[in-house]
Amino acid sequence: MSAASAGNATGERPGASGPDPRRTGRWAAPPRPVWEEEPRRAGLAGKGLVLTVACLAVLFPLWIVVVTSLSTKRTISEAGGLVVVPRDVTFLAYQELLSGGQVTRATVVSLGVTVAGTLFSMTVSVLCAYGLSRTGSVGHRWFLMLLLATMFFGAGLIPTYLLVQSLGLTDTYLALILPSAVSVFNILVLRAFFMGISRELTDSARIDGAGDWRILWRIVLPLSRAVVAVITLFYAVGYWSAWFNASIYLSDQDMMPLQNVMIQLVQKQEPPVGLGQAIRAGELSAPAVQMAVMVLALVPVAVLSPFVQKHFRKGMLTGAVKG
Amino acid sequence: MAQSTTQIAPAPPDPGVSEADRRTLERAANGGGTFRTRFRRDRTLVLMTLPAVLLVLVFTYVPILGNVVAFQEYDPYVGDNGFVAVFHSPWVGLEQFSRLFEDPAFWDAVRNTLVLFTLQLLLFFPVPILLALLVNSVLRPRVRALSQAILYLPHFFSWVLVVTVFQQIFGGAGIIAQTLRRHGHEGFDLMTDPGVFKFLVTAEGVWKDAGWGVIVFLAALASVSPDLYEAAAMDGAGRWRRMWHVTLPALRPVIALLLVLRVGDALTVGFEQILLQRDAVGPGAAEVLDTYVWWNGVRNQDFSYAAAAGLIKGVVGLGLVLAANKVAHLMGEQGVYKK
Repeated sequence: MSAASAGNATGERPGASGPDPRRTGRWAAPPRPVWEEEPRRAGLAGKGLVLTVACLAVLFPLWIVVVTSLSTKRTISEAGGLVVVPRDVTFLAYQELLSGGQVTRATVVSLGVTVAGTLFSMTVSVLCAYGLSRTGSVGHRWFLMLLLATMFFGAGLIPTYLLVQSLGLTDTYLALILPSAVSVFNILVLRAFFMGISRELTDSARIDGAGDWRILWRIVLPLSRAVVAVITLFYAVGYWSAWFNASIYLSDQDMMPLQNVMIQLVQKQEPPVGLGQAIRAGELSAPAVQMAVMVLALVPVAVLSPFVQKHFRKGMLTGAVKG
Repeated sequence: MAQSTTQIAPAPPDPGVSEADRRTLERAANGGGTFRTRFRRDRTLVLMTLPAVLLVLVFTYVPILGNVVAFQEYDPYVGDNGFVAVFHSPWVGLEQFSRLFEDPAFWDAVRNTLVLFTLQLLLFFPVPILLALLVNSVLRPRVRALSQAILYLPHFFSWVLVVTVFQQIFGGAGIIAQTLRRHGHEGFDLMTDPGVFKFLVTAEGVWKDAGWGVIVFLAALASVSPDLYEAAAMDGAGRWRRMWHVTLPALRPVIALLLVLRVGDALTVGFEQILLQRDAVGPGAAEVLDTYVWWNGVRNQDFSYAAAAGLIKGVVGLGLVLAANKVAHLMGEQGVYKK
C-alpha cells in the first residue's frame, strides 16, 4: 500500500502522541516531504481520537454480543442482561444451538443456499461478462443495452412476487436463488476488468488454437483473481444476508435460513424451538442464546471479508468508473 | 473445454499483422459479412452471454411487463395460475391510481420517504467524505489498513444483524437502558419510539455503510498528484488552504457522481431495514413507499393496488435519475452516463 505518496492534505498522523522510539517497520510512518509543516500535537490527538471513536463504534457492540454469548448464566444475570466485562467463558449456548434443532438446520440451510447460489451466480456472471467483453461481437451492443436498462427501471415487488409464484418456485430454495441470481452491476465490474486484459495475450492464445472457453479458463480468469474474489464475496454476502425472499416465498418454518431464524429469536425474542425447555430449566440464559445466534450470522463475513479487503478498491472502482 | 470454434473471420489473422492492421481486419469483419457469418464466428460468446441474459429477461423484464396488473383488477384465481390470470383479469384503467391518491396512508408513506431521504442526505452523505479525509491523513500503513478493515466490516453484515445489534445498544433491554436502570434511572427504548425512528434508521445506515463509502473517496484522493500539494505549499498555502484548494476540487467529480446516484434513488430509503422495524414503531412513522407496496400487495393481497404504487415509484425514480443526470451535465460534471 502506497500510503506514503498521495493526498496528504493535512499530513498528520494520529496515534503518534508521545515519543515513539520504533521508527522502522510497517507500524512506522514513512518520511514526510520537506515542504510539509510538522503536525501540531492537538491536531494529531484530535484525529487519533476521532478515528479511535469511529473504530470503537463498530467494535464495541460486536464485543458485547460476542462476550455475552460466551458468558455463563450467572454472569449474565449479575450484569443484568448484557455483559461488557467477561468473567468466565462457556460454550454452552453454541453447544446447545449446534447440536441439532432449529438453529443448526437454519445454519446448514444458509450455508447451502450461499454456496450453491454463489457458484451459480458466479458461473453465469463470469460467462456473461466474458461474452460481452469483446466489443464488436455479434449482438454485443444489444445484450449490453438490455442489461444496462435494468439499472434505471426495476421490476417492482408485486409483479416479481406474482411471477415467482406462477413459476411454482414458492416453497423451494430456487426462490432464494434464481430471482436474485444476476447482479448487472457485478457483471459490469467483471466485464470492465476483463476488457482491461491485454488483447495481445488472448489473441496469441487464439492463434495457438485456443477457443473462448480455454481462453477464459486459462488466461482471463487467472489474471482476474482479484476482481473474481471481490465479486464472489459480494454474491456470497448477498445470499448469506438475504431474508426477505425467504419470508415471502417460504412458508415451511423448517426451511428458513439463519437470518429469518435470527429475526424470530433475537428481534422478536421468541424462545428457540426445543431450547425453551433448557432455558426455563435454568441451564441456559436467553441472552446468551440470542447473542450466539448473532455470532453465528456474523462470523463467516467477519472472517472472510478482511482477506478480500486489499482487492476492494479494484473491484469497486472498475465498476464505479465504467458502470 | 477445448472447442476452438471462434476464429476471427473472415481470415484468421497472420501472427505478423500489426495492431492497426488487425483492427482494420476486425472492423471489416464486424461491418462486413452477413449476420450468419458473424454469428457463426461469435456463437461461443453469445452462448456464454445467454444464461445471464435469460435470467434478466425472465426475472426483470417479464415482471416489468407484469406491471400491467396496475391497470387491472387483478384476480389471481381466474386462470390456471397467477401468470395466466393477468390475461383474464378485467381492465379498470386508472382506477387503482385514483384510489391510491385518495388514500391518506399513501401520502404518509410518500412523506416518510422524503423526510428519510432528506435526513440521509444531510446526516449520512457527508460522513464518508470526512472519514476518507481522516483515513487518508493516516500515514502509517498498518494503522491505516487496520482502521479500514474495521470500518468496512459492518457493510458485510445483514440488515437483520445490524438491526439486532442496535437493539442490543438502544433497545429496551439494551446496554444503555440496562446501565441506566442499574444506576436507578428509568430505562428507555429507542427501538420502539416513533419520534426518533427516522434518526435511528439514518444512524443504522451510517453504522453499516459509511465506512464502506470511504473507498471511493480514498481512491480519488490517491489519484491527486503530490506535486499539486507541493506547489500549493510553495505558494504559501497552509494545510487548511491546501485541503480547500487541492483536495476538495479533486473530490468534486466523485461527490457529484454519488450525489446524482443518491438523488436518482431518492425513493429507495432502505426497504429491508425499515420493514424489519415496521412492527416495532408502527406504520405511522415507519411506512415508506416500498413497505407500503409490500403491505398492500404481499400482506393484504391487493395486488393491483400495490402494483400501482410500485409503478409510480418506478416511474418517478426513472424521472429522478434522468433529471439528476441532466443537472450534473449542466454543472459540467459527468454524471452516471455521458451525454
